[in-house]
Amino acid sequence: MATEVLMPALSPTMEEGTLAKWLVKEGDAVKSGQILAEIETDKATMEFEAVDEGIIGKLLIAEGTAGVKVNTPIAVLVEDGESVSDTPAPKVAEAVMAAAEAPASVSAQAAAPAPAPVVAAKGWPHADLPEGPTKTMTVREALREAMAEEMRRDPNVFLMGEEVGEYQGAYKISQGLLDEFGAKRVVDTPITEHGFAGIAVGASWGGLRPIVEFMTFNFAMQAIDHIINSAAKTLYMSGGQMGSPMVFRGPNGAAARVGAQHSQDYAAWYAAIPGLKVCMPYSAADAKGLLKAAIRDPNPVIFLENEILYGRSFEVPTDPDFTIPFGKASVMREGTDVTLVSFGIGVAHALASAEELAKDGISAEVINLRTLRPIDYDTVLASVQKTNRCVTVEEGFPVGSIGDHLASTIMQRAFDYLDAPVITCTGKDVPMPYAANLEKFALITPAEITAAVKSVCYR
Amino acid sequence: MAAKKPAERPNASKDELLKYYREMLLIRRFEEKAGQLYGMGLIGGFCHLYIGQEAVVVGLEAAAKEGDKRVTSYRDHGHMLACGMDPKGVMAELTGRIGGYSKGKGGSMHMFSKEKHFYGGHGIVGAQVPLGAGLAFADKYLGNDNVTFTYFGDGAANQGQVYETYNMAQLWNLPVIFVIENNGYAMGTSVKRSTKSPSLWERGAAYGIKGEAVDGMDVLAVKAAGEKAVAACRAGEGPYILEMMTYRYRGHSMSDPAKYRTREEVEKMRSEKDAIEHVRDLLLQGGLASDDDLKAIDKEIKAQVNESAEFSKDSPEPPVEELWTDIYA
Repeated sequence: MATEVLMPALSPTMEEGTLAKWLVKEGDAVKSGQILAEIETDKATMEFEAVDEGIIGKLLIAEGTAGVKVNTPIAVLVEDGESVSDTPAPKVAEAVMAAAEAPASVSAQAAAPAPAPVVAAKGWPHADLPEGPTKTMTVREALREAMAEEMRRDPNVFLMGEEVGEYQGAYKISQGLLDEFGAKRVVDTPITEHGFAGIAVGASWGGLRPIVEFMTFNFAMQAIDHIINSAAKTLYMSGGQMGSPMVFRGPNGAAARVGAQHSQDYAAWYAAIPGLKVCMPYSAADAKGLLKAAIRDPNPVIFLENEILYGRSFEVPTDPDFTIPFGKASVMREGTDVTLVSFGIGVAHALASAEELAKDGISAEVINLRTLRPIDYDTVLASVQKTNRCVTVEEGFPVGSIGDHLASTIMQRAFDYLDAPVITCTGKDVPMPYAANLEKFALITPAEITAAVKSVCYR
Repeated sequence: MAAKKPAERPNASKDELLKYYREMLLIRRFEEKAGQLYGMGLIGGFCHLYIGQEAVVVGLEAAAKEGDKRVTSYRDHGHMLACGMDPKGVMAELTGRIGGYSKGKGGSMHMFSKEKHFYGGHGIVGAQVPLGAGLAFADKYLGNDNVTFTYFGDGAANQGQVYETYNMAQLWNLPVIFVIENNGYAMGTSVKRSTKSPSLWERGAAYGIKGEAVDGMDVLAVKAAGEKAVAACRAGEGPYILEMMTYRYRGHSMSDPAKYRTREEVEKMRSEKDAIEHVRDLLLQGGLASDDDLKAIDKEIKAQVNESAEFSKDSPEPPVEELWTDIYA
């Protein structure tokens, strides 16, 4: 009985991958546990092992094929004496091969041709870029390029964190940096967030510009005393004598089915602290421009990334001096009926909702805040004065959310312009569940945003 | 503790001894004055006095060179005076005035001096330990031979981040000297009641860090141990731990009734082990200074401390605009 070998999901966020290399050929007998192929995920190149014994009847996907969806049949395993023709026709495979011809959107090596059409087709607009040439890159590549450029520019910038060096980054953000800058400037730490965050703050006082990578911001809970009490407050407590020029960065918020302790959005927590600056990029251009600005900034900057966005592609200006100033929101889509304010991955949901709303004749303006401290109140207020309605969108918990703060600001500064209460769309007030269906309910969705907009538009 | 030592032949010059005498006396008189100003309501909040522990910072500063850094906890006035910060600026910070080192915005527990390489003044017990290792990380990265004195108490010695830091400091060979000021009590909890470890410095052995216990009431012993640690550290041998056996005469803070120890215990330390009396004896019995010489110094110090107190009262409160400055660089 022939068995289909399926493209495996090898990371929580992997939806597709590159079949980098076959290590077996048709006709080979394979044993359980034998390595069949190398598969490049959104995080790393992984070895893929056989589960069942058998003979490779047919390889359905050629090596080097990118964009192979998870669960696509990639090979057929037959039993001794069985011929490949006995196997059911791999009708899925043809569709897959067609899809695989689309350029890679996840390949960190960027060997694939520029996937510009994919970007457009996926509907991630980027209307906010400055004039000048751009190139397409993933958020992951943009973050890496920002760090590499700033490390070339200033010898006192260094990166430290768990697995940033020899492992090449838990999420491949720091891939290649160890080779270029050496172990002095790309420092692998033990698993000791409290300690290395403190060391990094001390190093910033000693004249360096540390970039601290947290494998996720969930782990930064162990280090939050140093982030707040040591980094954020020292400039004030020293009467301006010494500050902490440094960046704390890493993925924040939910990834995919990693459970309650690995899925929390800390945007509102850090945005509450005077002395910190807080960035939350959405696009690759945001990621690059904001991270470069963060590294150059003389203050401690919290840089909240998103694991799901790492693999998404956007246009990014090629100008090496492209930076994005803090406190300057970007209007991603202009509209007249309602203002959607979001940041990070929430922008993707807001844009998707705006697209839906347009079909119903509702014109939504979408604002990407980009930084949460400082917040660009002026852009939000100007938009609300135009649209008279506002819905905020974020992944974090509802109590004390960024949306709450914006709603109160709008109420205090633009009350007379409002035609409806501000609705805050947030993640649900529950620890993140693991079950796939419950996780979906816990997170914010475009449908919820659409419903909120219809409610404030009295539709 | 051992009984009062007989006058020994000092292994330090007259000038050195006079310097230590003067520096320790400045700290003690300054702290006494701070206590007095606290009682008068001129100093608010928490105020942790260093009286009794003077030999630790004075002895270690004698082993330091320009460029070396220091960072400590909230019991920090002595460290600031010992590294040469101006008593006027320290006292004015205690009274919350614009003439203070932090323009009145830091207070007793949060003072800094970039000029004197003093990096605070930290109120979260143990937090200064990785911060100090980070300063040493920067010096190593920048390729100079500075060392960082990272002070913490016997109480902080039970914080997890201390051991996270030991591990990385040794792993990365950082030029940091961990100075455990073991004054016997973490607030009101004696060392005996908080740990079964026979000694605190020996915990460094688990990480391969060298260290030793030192009589922290003897400024010459402190200096000698400091020189040894500094030499090893500067030579690139990595971190070093000095556990200073010391004693604070006053309560944990001004509001501490100190019911956890007997009056006799404190009196015994004062009469038998006092660091200032020790140097005074060396000077007098060694024929290096006369009673009048020392009285003149006492008078000078008293005047200096009074001047700092006057300054701290005369310096205005920070203007309201200061509320909104120094939040961002």
